[in-house]
Amino acid sequence: MDILILIISAILVKNIVLAEYLGNCPFLGTSKKMDTAIGMGMAVIFVLILASIITWVVQIYALVPLDLVYLQTIVFILVIATLVQLVELFLKKTVPPLYQSLGIFLPLITTNCAVLGVAILNIRRGHSFIEMLIFSASSAIGFAIALILLAGLRERFEISDIPRPLQGTAIGLVTAGLMALAFFGFQGVDNALKAL
Amino acid sequence: MATLAKDFTKGLWKEIPPFRLVLGLCPTLAVTKSAMNGLGMGAAATFVLLMSNIIIASLRNVIPKKVRLASYIVIIATFVVIVENVMQAYTYGLYERLGIFIPLIVVNCIILGRAEAFASKNAVIHSAADGLGMGLGFTISLTVLGALREILGTGSLFGIPVMWSSFEPFTFMVEAPGAFICLGLILGIMNVLGD
Repeated sequence: MDILILIISAILVKNIVLAEYLGNCPFLGTSKKMDTAIGMGMAVIFVLILASIITWVVQIYALVPLDLVYLQTIVFILVIATLVQLVELFLKKTVPPLYQSLGIFLPLITTNCAVLGVAILNIRRGHSFIEMLIFSASSAIGFAIALILLAGLRERFEISDIPRPLQGTAIGLVTAGLMALAFFGFQGVDNALKAL
Repeated sequence: MATLAKDFTKGLWKEIPPFRLVLGLCPTLAVTKSAMNGLGMGAAATFVLLMSNIIIASLRNVIPKKVRLASYIVIIATFVVIVENVMQAYTYGLYERLGIFIPLIVVNCIILGRAEAFASKNAVIHSAADGLGMGLGFTISLTVLGALREILGTGSLFGIPVMWSSFEPFTFMVEAPGAFICLGLILGIMNVLGD
């Protein structure tokens, strides 16, 4: 039951982009076209889960025993940057079609704060290994869902009459705000689940 | 001298982040529930931006092209760790309120963006001016956005009540949807004002 609450909470109620304010730059930057949104969403799911597993292991089995927790930020970002490079090389050599569709998004993921943010949240909330896996996967899926939904809305802006000053990122932000308002409604689901 | 002043002032209006240079949105949206949080976040980011710009500019001929991004990230992360520890020691309340957004300064695209676009190509003194200007611009933006949301959302500014007594606060403004919509409208206003 706790697992179910964790999943629903991370995907819908506390959506990583719309409620926790993480990963907003790629959220607005890659949501103009559906294809790019899907590519970015998939790349983030892949890297975020891998990065969370590795940083969690590094934290528990290296930083804590060695008493180096104050170096967390610098170690985590290095792990993520290296991981992204490795994933890029690996995909290029072994699965070229996947590399072609995700490749251009991979370098951008190093500076996607959702990846580092979820890695740090896993540690700060004291998640166990299983909880970490579920929380990371659900957060990443929540990111992809929000991104794809926004892309669906923004594709329609091309044919709609938007006031000139609001065109581009401005109307994207307002739309994201309305989406966040809609996602607020899921708080009821969370409360209902907890009451069960 | 004129170019030095220009490097400094472009961050304050012409390319003010994040209103014109739309980068670093996560801290912008997350911490601006109050003007004080915005100011604190801006100050922390300014320090990191200034110091990393100075170090990167002075090492710009030493860092190999191929590993430059990794090197920039290590330099930026070093200053973020310093800020993190200093804030934990001296401004614990603010440190708690800003939460994970302090370590996340490391992936703030404004800082990496300035390193790549400016500090890697310009002299130390110009990079320092650029970093300070961009940092101050970011601080001003965050404080203004924080002040707006705090006034409308809670009826006070820097914790002091400023609205009339029957004012009903829009709690919506201090939540996530208010942050997105407020920033979107400010971007629209900036587009109207032009250069």
